This record gives sequence, structure tokens and C-alpha cells, in this order.
Amino acid sequence: MATLAVTAERENYLNKEYGIRSWLLTTDHKRIALLYLASITFFFFIGGFFALLIRLELLTPAGDLVQADTYNKLFSMHGQVMIFFFLIPSIPAVLGNFLVPLMIGAKDLAFPRINLLSWYLYIIAGVIYLHCIVTGGVDTGWTFYTPFSTAFSNTRVIEAGIAIFIAGFSSILTGLNFVVTIHRMRAPGMTWSRLPLFIWAHYATSIIQLLGTPVLAITLLLVVFERAFNLGIFDPTRGGDPLLFQHLFWFYSHPAVYIMILPAMAVESEVVACFTRKRIFGYNFVAMSSIAIAVFGFLVWAHHMFVAGISLYSALIFSILSYLVAVPSAIKVFNWTATMYKGSISFTTPMLYAFGFIGLFTMGGLTGLFLACLGIDVHVHDTYFVIAHFHYIMVGGAVMGYLGGLHFWWPKISGRMYPEGWGRLAALLVFAGFNLTFFPQFILGYMGMPRRYWQYPPEFQVLNVLSTAGSTILAVGYVLPMVYFLWSMRYGKIASDNPWGAAGLEWQTPSPPPTFNFDETPEVTWEAYNYEEIPAPAEVNVER
Amino acid sequence: MFDNFPLWPARASAGAANVDALFIFLLALSAFMCLAIFAMILIFATIYRRRRGVEAEQIEGSPELEITWSIIPMGIFLAIFAWGAVIYFHERTPPRGASEVYVVAKQWMWKLEHQEGQREINELHVPVGRDVKLIMTSQDVVHSFYVPAFRIKQDVLPGRYTTAWFRATKPGVYHLFCSQYCGTMHSGMIGQVVVMEPAQYEAWLSGGGTSGSLAASGDTLFQQLGCSTCHRSDSQGRGPNLVGIFGKPVQLEDGRTLTVDENYLRTCILSPSKNVPSGFKPIMPVFQGLVSEEQITALVAYIKSLTPSPAGGQASVSLAPKPQYPKE
Repeated sequence: MATLAVTAERENYLNKEYGIRSWLLTTDHKRIALLYLASITFFFFIGGFFALLIRLELLTPAGDLVQADTYNKLFSMHGQVMIFFFLIPSIPAVLGNFLVPLMIGAKDLAFPRINLLSWYLYIIAGVIYLHCIVTGGVDTGWTFYTPFSTAFSNTRVIEAGIAIFIAGFSSILTGLNFVVTIHRMRAPGMTWSRLPLFIWAHYATSIIQLLGTPVLAITLLLVVFERAFNLGIFDPTRGGDPLLFQHLFWFYSHPAVYIMILPAMAVESEVVACFTRKRIFGYNFVAMSSIAIAVFGFLVWAHHMFVAGISLYSALIFSILSYLVAVPSAIKVFNWTATMYKGSISFTTPMLYAFGFIGLFTMGGLTGLFLACLGIDVHVHDTYFVIAHFHYIMVGGAVMGYLGGLHFWWPKISGRMYPEGWGRLAALLVFAGFNLTFFPQFILGYMGMPRRYWQYPPEFQVLNVLSTAGSTILAVGYVLPMVYFLWSMRYGKIASDNPWGAAGLEWQTPSPPPTFNFDETPEVTWEAYNYEEIPAPAEVNVER
Repeated sequence: MFDNFPLWPARASAGAANVDALFIFLLALSAFMCLAIFAMILIFATIYRRRRGVEAEQIEGSPELEITWSIIPMGIFLAIFAWGAVIYFHERTPPRGASEVYVVAKQWMWKLEHQEGQREINELHVPVGRDVKLIMTSQDVVHSFYVPAFRIKQDVLPGRYTTAWFRATKPGVYHLFCSQYCGTMHSGMIGQVVVMEPAQYEAWLSGGGTSGSLAASGDTLFQQLGCSTCHRSDSQGRGPNLVGIFGKPVQLEDGRTLTVDENYLRTCILSPSKNVPSGFKPIMPVFQGLVSEEQITALVAYIKSLTPSPAGGQASVSLAPKPQYPKE
């Protein structure tokens, strides 16, 4: 373990060069990860701001805070910002970018310049989308359903479509980079069966990004063309078919859920292993379940369309396939739980997020069983039940995973410790606020409150008030980490190379790592999660 | 302020109880699974919390356990699937002889027309105990017809018909929502379903002045648009004889065989060259843009009402529940 003085002076990726050029022209995967971190945090707070306005509007049954059109834009842009500009890039582009080369013992990703290009594509997309927001916004819902989006909406659909089209390419390039890197850049001895589960899950994610995103890109382009040039692809009055749009859209947008949740599962496996000090129970099954989710995830899209007018028999097929994809998710939850058996468990901030993840993801997954069930889905489809379900997966799952991962690797990323007490407080606030915000929405949904309603019948008010109250707690829980992360960059305790006593190559290099990650290319002779060989830290680093 | 605050939606149709039963089963199952997993985590977190000098015990895993906790959930999932599929099948299959209501959705209102000719806006009156089939289309974007108390929902698409059905069981006034986002006043595209005792319903039905049944107005339209010059009820016309074709298979010129349903008739009216019946020339004019959605539904209702009279030759209009309308 390096001493304090040495760590402070050692050359690393942060202090090697200074100045704006050294950041904007960098090809270092770690610096690009930080560029992504800053940009997606910016969009997260924009999307969060929209969400708070939505919740405030729903405090009363009447539409009184904003106009109906404004409300429609708020939920549309909340969805598009959060999904395409925050969740899709979140863990892969920040933590994945930072960690994939480190974990496999590589100097960088396979295509460092393409990596930078994908960040620039993201920024171009983001700037176009911001322009779209400030010049009027878009009101199609995040789903762009036709013919509303192509023939009826009076908002900036073309601009939003083009922005997301470009953001898609950023995502494709990241996926491509990861696939090639994982295949070609592993250190000697780092066989497939020795890969951390983080890498397996990112590999599965990358495959979805590569195969799914082009379909979304084409679909959005068709929407743009139909709107701009009056083609008749989706609009029935011009000979098109609105259901064709829904098929194409969900062919990407269902697997996109796995782009968001698989990386969170990736983080979960690392954190649970570290803070139980154990090899993950059933390594092979957890690894293969990621691949199974990626494959089966492509075969279930029409479960979003059970009431859309598809045939009875295709609905039956898609329902049964949706149950198939639930099995690998269940396997993961069981294995994480089993990993805790006979472990040595400590309750650090990342582990609190991991507990939260298992709880919320389990509830999100179980309510997915309701929605895959044909007889139930007819009633709860397009109600708040669906809203609650996918927020449990995408916020309770993906965002909890992202925050947990950020805390876990923050010492490696910044070279500093975050304040543990504040970290635990924020984790508890996020968990409590989240449940108070979204649990009432399950009940609202079964009672029949449709989604995307600006005004609603008064009997739904009590639960909406609870939900809005929860969202304010959640907001505090999200602002706190941003504050203390920034604080810790200057004032945090200097982190040692391996403050958690964690397995994994990323912990065997200094914190923060040098530009080329390792002074010598490591040679791997051990299995992943060899916790029996790593001494546990005397006590977990706690500041305050 | 919070005077009306139930946590369970009203239950007012024959199918609603089935949906609720499955939902309660799933709730119980989920609660059990959550409790089991959370309890395990709590117990492990308590017993195996980090202690000085106590190392974790490394365990590789257990294929037997993995297979157990894959197969058992799979079996449970398949059972849920089957149960849900049965309910769905029932929901998607309207019983024969259901009385029909034509629904036209537009931004942001529901227009409904009973086969007896009653027209309503954002309100649907139905009697208790009668099967009601909804034949729905949209004039503009995708909408969705949702009555939580009946647990039914069906998207309403432009350019085609979709159907749903229910049998109301409890008198009362229930929400009708549009549940597919459709623009500015999506949340204002609401109405109510009024379920009445049969006697009250008959009184309501006879109260409103109508210009005759839906099929009768379709008949008038059929003459006005000149359809009757080619579609004659003998076999001499240039177009097919439409008497009794509804629900029957039809052989097309290109070799395909389709069943005559509402969507087939609609397509034939709007773009006749798409499905030309065998033995006929594609000479029918296109009616796309010339007839409104309400006129199309009237024409479809009229064609459906054409059944061969027992005497043969002359067509008669037969309708349930009001049996006979004299032809001019």
C-alpha cells in the first residue's frame, strides 16, 4: 500500500496533463469516462427537473400548474432525456469506459479515437436536443407513436428524432469498442472464465447496443422522413401501418431496458462479492444469465402491444417468451442472495446501494410477471402500474446500480474517499424516497389511472400526493452525492490503491491509475474473486 | 376533499372477477417471494456481518441449487402464463349474438352509435347482463378504449377496426378513459359508461329520438352513393351480391381466401382494388376520403344486416334485438 506522500506526487491520468485541450482531445478511456460523467450528470438533472414539475402538477387533480401542452412536453422530454441521454450511457459509458480496460489488464480500449468520437457524437446529439428543448420541445411521449408523431404533433419532432438518431450512434460505437476490446485486449492469463462478471454483463450489453440500436435509428429516420416528406410508412391515410412503427420501436426499446439494467447487474456482482468477501455464488450461471438476457431480450418486444391490435396468437407467443426472459433475472437475484451466505458482510455505502438494488429490482421484476401476463396486462397496460414497474427497474435498479458503482470506484477514479456518513445517509434517502414516490403508483395503476394524464379524477389524489412527497425526498438523495463527490475531489481523504480490499485488476494499480493503467502488463494466474487470498482491510474506511 | 378513496377499482363486468382473482394470486406470490428474499438477506446480513478474525467461507456454487431455482420458477411462470392466456382468450373472443356498438374516436372525444341508431358522445349506456361488442376505429391518431371497472382496454387505430366486448353486471356509472396518449387533451378524452337495469335501459332507448337504426341509415347511404346499382340482390350486378356474405369466406381474384369481417368490408369500401373477389373486375370507384368514419360504420352495419329471406330472392334486414325494419 502506497504511503500518502507518494500517492499525491505519483503521475496519474489526472495530473499528467492540464488544460482544456488535454481533456477535449484525450483518447484516454479514463478521461473520456469523466467527460461522460460530467455530461450525463448535466442531463440527469435536466430530466430530474422535468420529473419534479410533473410531480408538482399531479399534486392536484385539476391541471393547474402548467398548460396541458406543457405537461405533455414535460413527460415526453423527461423520458427522452433520462433514457437516451442518461440511462443508456450511464454505467457503460462512465464506469464501463473507465473499468473495462482496467479489469482485463489492457492499456486502453481497442479504438481510443472511436471512443472519443462516440463522446463527441453524444455531445452533438445533446446540443441538438437542448436546442429542441429551448425552442419549444417535443410532445410525442418518449415513444414517438405514429401517426401522432408524424402527422399531428405541432412540436419539434424532427429535431428530437435526429438528436436521438445521433445519440444512437454514440451508443453503437461504445458497444463496438467494448466487444472488440473484450475479445482482443485481455491480459495474458485472463481467460473468459476468469473475467469479472462486470465484463460479462458489459459484453452482453454491448451486443444489444450493436444489434438493437440500428433498428431504432432506422425507425426514427423513417418517422423524420414521413413527417418531412409525407411518405406513407406509418400513417394509414397514406397507406402506412401504425402497428409497424410499434413493432420496430419496441424491437429496440425493449432490449434497451437490458442495456440499462445489465450494467447495473454488473456493478451489483462486483460490490456484493467485495463486501461479502466471497466469490460470487454460481459464477457460470450469473455470467451465462447475462448472455441469456441479451438473447431472449430480443424476442419479447410485442409484450408492449397486447392491447395494440396484434393477433391473439402472436400475443400468446410473446407472453410465453417474456416469461422465459424472467428466469435468468431470477437466477441472478438468487445467486447474489446466496453469495451472502457465510460471507463477511460490511455495510458500506456501495453495499447499501446493492441491498437497495436487490430489493427494488426484485419488486420491479415480480411486477414484470404481472405485465407479461395477458389477462392482467389488458387492465394495467398504459396505467401507472406500468410507470411504477419500469421505474422500479430503471431507477430502483439501474440508477441504484450506477450510484453504488460510482461510490465503489470513486476512490479509484478520483484518488479520494467520499465521506462515508453522508454516503450512507444519501443511500437511505434515495431508498426511502424512491419507494414513497413509486409504490403508490402501483396502486394507482390497478385502480385504473392512465399514464400521461395532465388532470385526473379526484379519487386518485391521495396516492398522487404521497408520490409527489416521495419525489422531493428522492431529489435530496440525488443532490447530496453530487455535492459531496465534488467536495471530496479536493477535501476527501486520500484513497489507497485498494481501500476496500477488493479483488480485480483495477485495484492492483495505483489510485488514480497512470495513463496506461499498469506499469507492467499483469499476468493473471488466478480466478476472479479470489477473496481468500486478499487480506481484508482492518476496518472499512470511514470518514467522520 | 378525500371523500372517495377506495384502494380497489369498482368491479362491474363478468370478466372483472377473473382478472382480480389472478391479480390477487400474483400479489400473494410476489409478496411471498419478496418476503423470502428480504428475510434471507436480513438473516445473512445479521449472522454473517463482518467480525474481526472471522473470514468468509468460499463456496463455489451448486449446480443442483441453480437448476432447482431455474426449473421451479419456470414452472410457476408457465402456470401464470396459462391462467392469463385463458382470461385473454375470453376477453378477445366476443360471444355470438352480442349487440354491437360502433365507436369512432377522435381528438379528443368518443362518438358511439348503437345498432338501434342511438348516438352518444363520451357516454355509453348499456343494460346489465347483455353482451356488448364494441367495433372501434379512429379518425386520427391511436386512442385506447379503457373501462377500469370492466378491466377491458383496447387500442383504437386509424384505418382499421379493433373490437372489444364486455357484459356489465352491476348498475352504476363508471369511468371511460382514453389510455393511449393522443395529444393535448388526452386526459380530457374521458367519459362514462352508464350501466342500467334492462327496464331503465329500454326507457332510455325509446327516449332519444333517432332517425332509425344504424343499418337503416346505412341502407339509405347505400342507395345515395349508388352502391345498389352494381351490388344488386340478384346475381345480375357488376359487383358481388352482398346478401349473406358476412362471416363467410370469399375467394379472391389473386387466389387468396379471406373471411368477410368488418375490416374486410371497410377495406373493400375504401380501396376496392386491394381485395377483388374472384370473377369480378376491379371497376369499383375508390371511396377513400369520400365517406366519413360514421358513414363507413353505417354501411358496414347495413351489409352485415343483409341476410337471405326465407322466401329467397329479396333481401331483408334482420337485426337483434329489434327484429325487422321494412325496406322501401
